[in-house]
Amino acid sequence: MPQTDDEQHEPKPQPRLSHVAGGKNIGDGVFKWMTAGFAATAILVLAAMLIQMTRASTLSLQRFGLGFLTEKEWDPVHEIFGAFPFIFGTVVSSVIALLLVIPVALGVAIFLSELAPAWLKKPLDLIIELLAAIPSIVYGLWGMFVLAPWLLQTIFPLLAKTLGFLPLFQGELQGSGRSMFAAGIVLAIMILPTVASVSRDVMASVPKGYREGVLALGATRWETIRVAVLPNVTSGIVGAIVLGFGRALGETMAVTMVIGNRAEISASLFAPAATIASMIANEYAGTSEALYLSVLTELGLVLFAVTLVLNIVSKLLVWRVGRMPGGARSL
Amino acid sequence: MGTRVYRKRKCVDWVMRSWCIVATLFAVVPLFSVLAYVFVKGIGGLSWNFFVELPKPVGELGGGVGNAIVGSFVLLGIASVVGIPVGVLGGVYLSEFGSNRFGKAVRFCADVMAGVPSILIGIFVYTLVVLSMGSPSALAGGIALSILMLPTIIRTTEELIKLVPTSLREAGLALGMPKWRVILRVVLPAGMSGIATGVMLAIARAFGETAPLLFTAGYNRFWSASLDKRISSLPVQIYEYASSPYEEWHQQAWAAALILVLIVLILNVSAKLLTSSRSHAR
Repeated sequence: MPQTDDEQHEPKPQPRLSHVAGGKNIGDGVFKWMTAGFAATAILVLAAMLIQMTRASTLSLQRFGLGFLTEKEWDPVHEIFGAFPFIFGTVVSSVIALLLVIPVALGVAIFLSELAPAWLKKPLDLIIELLAAIPSIVYGLWGMFVLAPWLLQTIFPLLAKTLGFLPLFQGELQGSGRSMFAAGIVLAIMILPTVASVSRDVMASVPKGYREGVLALGATRWETIRVAVLPNVTSGIVGAIVLGFGRALGETMAVTMVIGNRAEISASLFAPAATIASMIANEYAGTSEALYLSVLTELGLVLFAVTLVLNIVSKLLVWRVGRMPGGARSL
Repeated sequence: MGTRVYRKRKCVDWVMRSWCIVATLFAVVPLFSVLAYVFVKGIGGLSWNFFVELPKPVGELGGGVGNAIVGSFVLLGIASVVGIPVGVLGGVYLSEFGSNRFGKAVRFCADVMAGVPSILIGIFVYTLVVLSMGSPSALAGGIALSILMLPTIIRTTEELIKLVPTSLREAGLALGMPKWRVILRVVLPAGMSGIATGVMLAIARAFGETAPLLFTAGYNRFWSASLDKRISSLPVQIYEYASSPYEEWHQQAWAAALILVLIVLILNVSAKLLTSSRSHAR
């Protein structure tokens, strides 16, 4: 931050300069307060979202209370609303995504931060960025017409044959391939750039001297990473994973297109499911009934609360690494 | 004994390094698969008419997504008019005056907002704007996109304006300019390419967003120029086509996705080039 205290830099007020009053320019104050007003919109919008969504779901909150979250039945026609199938679908699809993404994303992060030769770093960075830039709807389209049929024909039979003793991989192999498993894979692809790039950034913040010290003792490259880098950035990596988890929970379009959208709880990953976000995407515009709208808004509020908490936790974890003494760059 | 330990260490080193390389290769596969499919399946559907015509009913060949392309630009236009000034000036505040508590709170909220699922912005605008206007509209969709763009613009503007050298600010102040004029006449012009980068990234993100538009802007098969009517957009159009049971419409979805991906990638790559040419110059 530049030190630009007004008193320091501006000359003492002179009678001739009528626009300078008391050492301060009036314009400065006006400008500062005006821009502060614009900056405040970030806080105001977030607060307004929270208040407005709570207000819009009052009807449902009053009627169903907290039992809403654990009720398994979903039958809008008879006004039975249970959020559990959607909470289940949201959490399970995101957990699948995490299990798939963690080994890959950490490998990518270590490669980018520690191992890759300089000429390879830039193009790889660009690829990771582009992966993050492709719109959700395009992943959905690809998942629907390319991934899901491929899973149905090759991967599902293979899993059923080898791991079929687990209830996870049982069930009929029919339909379109749109399933919990397909949703997990698409989510994994979509959160990979987030987890990988945040992890890479925290690893890059470890001072060079740490690595050199360990290398000088005769350690191999991996030992250097294990001893000098990873222990210092554990909280940052956990933060990156939490951030990815939050993204996965709230991802809407791609999941809506590949998960099959059925409000059922099934042990099989081959079966269709539904998430909170996919449910909202499918139903919100089509309803004019106040209670139903209110229920869907409450589902959204649940998602809001969870992602808010995850975002804050992740931020605190990543910040902790940024405050490391002698860090190469602050985050 | 010593050599055995050494060999084991070497071996572990090799395994872990290979894992990193394999993981990286693995991560690249989906990108190429997605891009290849979008290109191969989409290229056949592209023609002049696809860009300028309205969608045709099922069964009729041809038709295009002209209205959706125009709709996307209308929505982005509204979003930019609201989002860019607010975001840029907010970013200026954070960079020039924001080392206080309020600045920290704004930064925190902007970061948290960037992580809020975009469909929730849709709900927010629906309950606030759509319910009071009576139907989805271009205006509501534009507002939703502007909220989506806000955190990106605020934060990148801040980061990139901070890069403007302090000496420039000091030179301005030394000439007796008040601080606000230094910011408007010296700092902002010097940071222009940075601001442009942030804005481009935000627009690229908003351009591909579907979820907040589903029930704020809605879907419209016809040309629409009024702000209080439903308006189509490229992503929503792709969603409509993809979720239909008709083969011809799936083909149209791929072609529309190709246009969308090209626009988004061009925006991203040029934003990237802007920043890298900038950091070379410094």
